[in-house]
Amino acid sequence: MYNQENCRFAKTHEWAFIEADVAVVGISNHAQEEISDIVFVDLPKIGQKAEAGKNCCVVESVKSASEIYAPVSGEIVEVNEALNGDPALVNREPHGNGWLFKIKMTNPAEADALLDFNAYQATIVK
Amino acid sequence: MSTQTLQTTPLAARCEQAGGKMVDFHGWLLPVQFEGILAEHKAVRESAGMFDVSHMGQIFVEGKEAWPFLQYVNCNNIKNGPAEGTYSHILTEQGTIIDDAISFCLAPDQFLVVVNAACADEDFAWFTKQAKNFDVTVRNESSKWGMIAIQGPKAIEIVNGMIPGVNDLPRFHISPLTLFDKEGYITRTGYTGEDGVEIMLPNDTIGLLWDELLKHGVTPCGLGARDVLRLEAGYLLNGEDANQTRTPYEANCGWVVKLNKESFIGKEALVARKAAGFRQKLAGFVLMVPGVPRSGCKVFVGGDEKGVLTSGTFSPLFKGIAVGYLDTDVPTDSEVDIEIHGRRLRAKVVKPPFYQNRV
Repeated sequence: MYNQENCRFAKTHEWAFIEADVAVVGISNHAQEEISDIVFVDLPKIGQKAEAGKNCCVVESVKSASEIYAPVSGEIVEVNEALNGDPALVNREPHGNGWLFKIKMTNPAEADALLDFNAYQATIVK
Repeated sequence: MSTQTLQTTPLAARCEQAGGKMVDFHGWLLPVQFEGILAEHKAVRESAGMFDVSHMGQIFVEGKEAWPFLQYVNCNNIKNGPAEGTYSHILTEQGTIIDDAISFCLAPDQFLVVVNAACADEDFAWFTKQAKNFDVTVRNESSKWGMIAIQGPKAIEIVNGMIPGVNDLPRFHISPLTLFDKEGYITRTGYTGEDGVEIMLPNDTIGLLWDELLKHGVTPCGLGARDVLRLEAGYLLNGEDANQTRTPYEANCGWVVKLNKESFIGKEALVARKAAGFRQKLAGFVLMVPGVPRSGCKVFVGGDEKGVLTSGTFSPLFKGIAVGYLDTDVPTDSEVDIEIHGRRLRAKVVKPPFYQNRV
């Protein structure tokens, strides 16, 4: 749905898929593998302001809580309600039905500053 | 991660080979998970799982006064019948908890005390210090023994197929065993709330048991699943739920304190503290809304801070569960708020265990 080749990535493992002035946001396949067994997603509120690089959501696994940073600035316009009933969607389809929220961007240039897929892959291959 | 300085168990290479995600646990390189915490939890609750617990400590206490010595350093009555084991706390002079441990009677003048990994050196030093007034020798053999816990409703059946007679070993009892031509011990104990055994074999032999259990379809499980299972079953994690600032009474373990014993370390302090009453005791919490409570989260009633969590997790059976120290004026079954990531979530105060022991 949001093919990773067409996404922009933050070094903190979030992806953004740009649809006009809206960024759909999720976490990378690498991130979901590292977090594993996601059991709860504390989604942001619709209307909430998001600031690039700042925490706006928490993904909980059995073992730990992971803060999710907004990859771009703007306003939360939609959240993935399906995660309330099935948080493991993030594990199964990190680039599909496991997306987290959508941000209406105030500064679309921020998306251009994110990494493309190859550059992101290079950051995680150690 | 630097693995250079970490201690490794004799099963570390096998754990990695089985897909274990290795982490630093109190200075030990151990698997936090293999396939996944939820799958491993399910294996133990429904079938059989195994844990590398080789990091745990083995302290042998021997001599004419072995039993009186153990009675003195433990607050519980240590059973001295053949093969009997006793769970107890080891206390400071102030009555606070150094460690929780199980003492097994191997012979009238020989006991094996199995202690927590993080406390093994401190326990041994404490025992050695206290042993001066007794006719005993205390030996720390922690580095010589490997240990595997096999747990779950199918654990006994599987192990009985490999070691006939295990079926007849009663709960909390020990038996010597010979396996792969080496001498070891098997105990009917565990830390999961399921039936099962723990098997100790020398370092160079424990791997053969691991291989055999894998062949029998026993699921390798990590520390992550172990923590969920023990919390569901209401078992303390020493260092978190119990430590040297808390007495057994506060840790909900008053049943391990036997004040009618003639003397034991911490007795006078416990008598005085019990008479004075306790401000807080360990309570259980079940979140009434989605979320995952964690150690360190604060507990509120109205606007007032009333306690703090010492362990919390997501339980596949009960969702968000936790234990923590709560002011004693907050009753069981009442509702409290737990602060998680800046939000206060409603929870119910309960009496652990969350999971009703089958054993």
